[in-house]
Amino acid sequence: MELVVFVIAAAMVIVGALGVIVRPNPVHAALSLVLTLFGVAVHFVALEAHFLAAVQVIVYAGAIVVLFLFVIMLLGVDRTEDITIEPFKVQRPMALVVGVGVIGLVTAAVSSSRDAIGRGNGLEIPTVTGDNDSNVRQIARSVFGDYVVAFEITSVLLVVAVVGTVMLTRRIKSGKGES
Amino acid sequence: MSLIAAVTPTTTWYLVLGAVLFGIGAVGVLVRRNPLVMFMCIELMLNAVNLSFVALAKRLGDIGGQTTVFFVMVVAAAEVVVGLGIIVSIMRRRPGATADDIAELKG
Repeated sequence: MELVVFVIAAAMVIVGALGVIVRPNPVHAALSLVLTLFGVAVHFVALEAHFLAAVQVIVYAGAIVVLFLFVIMLLGVDRTEDITIEPFKVQRPMALVVGVGVIGLVTAAVSSSRDAIGRGNGLEIPTVTGDNDSNVRQIARSVFGDYVVAFEITSVLLVVAVVGTVMLTRRIKSGKGES
Repeated sequence: MSLIAAVTPTTTWYLVLGAVLFGIGAVGVLVRRNPLVMFMCIELMLNAVNLSFVALAKRLGDIGGQTTVFFVMVVAAAEVVVGLGIIVSIMRRRPGATADDIAELKG
């Protein structure tokens, strides 16, 4: 059962990710990104990170992708980009080499580790849920306990980001008109 | 059916899936020209790292991995807001700009 869930969600993740980099139309790319994010959320549920799965769906698939689509529509860049033009000839083969290299290196490192497939049964140690608290309660204790200073600083970060974006995109009324 | 029930995904599977997702995102950032799509590829890479964090948090029995993912999501949201603001202000000045056209700082 877990195998079926893993395979289906992994297929969602990879098909969505390939759609993001292959689709010429930015709107289609954003919708493929939603597929990937939902696949990752399914993996989070399978890994017993229920709170993060909910946050993934609400914040990523809800807010961030809607923000992307909003900007795409606002700027009117939703026409198809011609991705057959290649201004820099060597770049695509080099990018493929980099991608395959990253995947190969990480896969080699992971599968030669102590807990690799066939040598140990990784997910069998149920320690996160070892005490009987729910996942949300454990995260709350961690965020508002050990990491409370970092949590407060993220609120400052969000305020700075919002104010900075308003400053960046504001039109100056007097002067050149369009800034 | 018993074969399917016998095989359960291990942490390695999740880490390899995260590596594949990260590689696809990296290729996308290198290949695509549209700044919005490049941003989406950065989100792909962040999600790959989040997936690895959660898998290892379960493997090691440490809730700190999930807390880190929470903070990564907050920083990703802030990054998207600022980045899209910059893209909006660039696109307003030069409609249809790609990543190659934005070279004002070139010496």
